[in-house]
Amino acid sequence: MNTFRNIILLIFSILFVMLFEGCSAGPGSTAESPKASEARRSIEPYFTAAASGAKSPDADGFLQRWLLLEPITQSIRSNAVFTESYVRNAICTEYFPNQFTVVPRDGDKVTVSDMELTWHALDSTNFNVKLFRFAYGLNKPTYGVLFWAITVVDSPRQIENIRIAVGSNSASMWWLNGKEAVGLFGDRRMVMDDCVSKRVTLRKGRNVIRGAVINGPGLSDFCVRFINEEGEPIKDLALNLEKAEE
Amino acid sequence: MKLRNFTALVLGLLLLQPSCPALALNGEPYIHDPSTVMQCDGKYYTFGTGGGGLISNDGWTWRSGAVRPGGGAAPDVMKIGDRYLVVYGATGGGLGGGHNGRILTMWNKTLDPNSPDFKYTEAIVVASSDGIEDCDAIDPSLCLDPKGKLWCTYGTYFGYIRIVELDPKTGLRVKGNKPVNIAIDCEATALIYRDGWYYLFGTHGTCCSGTHSTYNIRVGRSKKPTGPYLDNMGMDMLRGGGKLVVAANNRLIGPGHFGLIDLGNDVQKFSCHYEADMDRGGRSVLDIRTLLWKNGWPVTGDAFKGGTFQIESEASGYALELGVEAVPLSENRRIREMSSGPRAPGGGAGPGPGGPGMGRRYSGPVTPIPDQDVAVVSVNWPAGSVDLRLGDYMLQAHQKWTITPVPNVGGYLGSPFFKITIAGTDRALAATEDAEVEAVAAFTGGPEQLWRIDQLIDGTYRIIPMTESDSKEPLALSAVSVSTPSLTKFDPRSDKSRWNLRKP
Repeated sequence: MNTFRNIILLIFSILFVMLFEGCSAGPGSTAESPKASEARRSIEPYFTAAASGAKSPDADGFLQRWLLLEPITQSIRSNAVFTESYVRNAICTEYFPNQFTVVPRDGDKVTVSDMELTWHALDSTNFNVKLFRFAYGLNKPTYGVLFWAITVVDSPRQIENIRIAVGSNSASMWWLNGKEAVGLFGDRRMVMDDCVSKRVTLRKGRNVIRGAVINGPGLSDFCVRFINEEGEPIKDLALNLEKAEE
Repeated sequence: MKLRNFTALVLGLLLLQPSCPALALNGEPYIHDPSTVMQCDGKYYTFGTGGGGLISNDGWTWRSGAVRPGGGAAPDVMKIGDRYLVVYGATGGGLGGGHNGRILTMWNKTLDPNSPDFKYTEAIVVASSDGIEDCDAIDPSLCLDPKGKLWCTYGTYFGYIRIVELDPKTGLRVKGNKPVNIAIDCEATALIYRDGWYYLFGTHGTCCSGTHSTYNIRVGRSKKPTGPYLDNMGMDMLRGGGKLVVAANNRLIGPGHFGLIDLGNDVQKFSCHYEADMDRGGRSVLDIRTLLWKNGWPVTGDAFKGGTFQIESEASGYALELGVEAVPLSENRRIREMSSGPRAPGGGAGPGPGGPGMGRRYSGPVTPIPDQDVAVVSVNWPAGSVDLRLGDYMLQAHQKWTITPVPNVGGYLGSPFFKITIAGTDRALAATEDAEVEAVAAFTGGPEQLWRIDQLIDGTYRIIPMTESDSKEPLALSAVSVSTPSLTKFDPRSDKSRWNLRKP
């Protein structure tokens, strides 16, 4: 009897192991177990916590310090849907209070459809801000997502006739000091300076850039900088999230 | 009576059928992510995602039948010595799936699955990605540079495109070689070398969405295989740069997976697939396009469909024409002579040897001059064959040629053969047995009346008889003097066999 029970247990054990291995080695899966994959998740080396004090743009003028909100999930099966009206409607839907005016602090939280989402003040280690890695590292949804990003630019002087230059994967919309500056519509891949605003003025002192990137199946990211009439980057700026509050 | 009407109706409908067949490739060229088209023992082969692939006897009509084990995605093939090196991604990649890709290589002595020599070696992993890093090791391609170094680029949207060096003798990774990141935001890369530059082609946009697919092929170049690859605006492909090579066109959507086919003699083509062929229900199909070079950059040539043209010699600038009595264009204007005055001999004001023009005043309404009616001007043309010559293009009927693809006579890489007839007539350009050219009275479909037309890398055209299609040193329509056409061996160093096809 005991022998019979042991045989049954053995058979079930073998079947269980076979089933588990079959799942983990199947098409579309990764070689490692989910637990191992989870253990390796981190936003490093793509981001570090925003340091105190101000941060200059990089050598090419890209803005690398941002407040990023954990992704808001969206039901998007294909990026073919990203017409201007679709993107504008999806992004301009109010998901949380003061969506177009708030400048949060690191760790602030908002609730969107019963999901509590956190703002993270981060420095990107690349010229572009890899939102996919941000979401993946925090174990958040990576596809079918909407990201909000905010930064505060401290300008030593008023700078006229410059443009805000954006690349994003996929579509996105951007505002400078509360005014819509540039939209990237359609199924886009990130190209540096893909779309630029009309000429804008960066005022002396505090300026707020606010953007939202939406993506279905794709590696979400964006890059932002200011360029002058000659296309040269504006670099004598300071990104200072401690100036988030006035 | 009724039967006669019905017959007339049927004949009428047949005449209304377009004389040009659809010029995406012929047959059943259904494939996704094709490898570079490769010739083996007189046939053409390409492999696709998932295994298998296509075969063609002439490069124009395709069928399934190529054999590649291993499944996975987006293979590439290169002939090295007397063997074929096949590289493929063992995994399917994909945004919803895993990204732990593997690139494998294997050899075969032949691509013909019916050959007794057809046997793949064991596939060996030469590059991989762990599923988390910024790379998905799929979509490989091969490039053997003039130094004899073999490069493999791979990757997709999931992170970077990378390059590794392989040993061309073994197909294995060179010991100690480390991958180098060379591009972002693309996939299905291909690397070629030309005139001191490495050109990295990448497919941008979205695949696999049928008519919604935004796939398009772009390129950057570098002096080193490891980059940086900059586009024509100086933008690094590591920052999303890339000069457009080909996008949706001619009812074909979403080109991707560039593969160079260098036929020599300034004839270059490339294979690619379209995500959706509008004339084939949106299915993914193989295509073969001409590749031109402009200011050091690759440019996609015409998808030549025929039409009516003047055939202008690049050498002399004169137009190919029938050797018949030219009939000047009519004039329908009323001319009032100016008072005569002194004029230079042979020209100047007023009528005379200088012809009409300066010195005339015109009266009456301004109306268009109609094109010459070939039926009217040809009444005195000889009934039989007519010699050809080159002359000033004067918009005359004996200078306008209609080029028409001919169905069911086979073709060559990427195209059917064409007939070339004087517009509005059946008088056809023909090669003679003694390697001259003439216009025969009527097109009969004979091989001497069928022509292969290849756009060359400078955008001009080479026109060779069907009978010379597979020759390594083909005879081509040439301007052997300023005003005399003939057939001579094609010389890529000369303009004599280069022709411009201009809309009349």
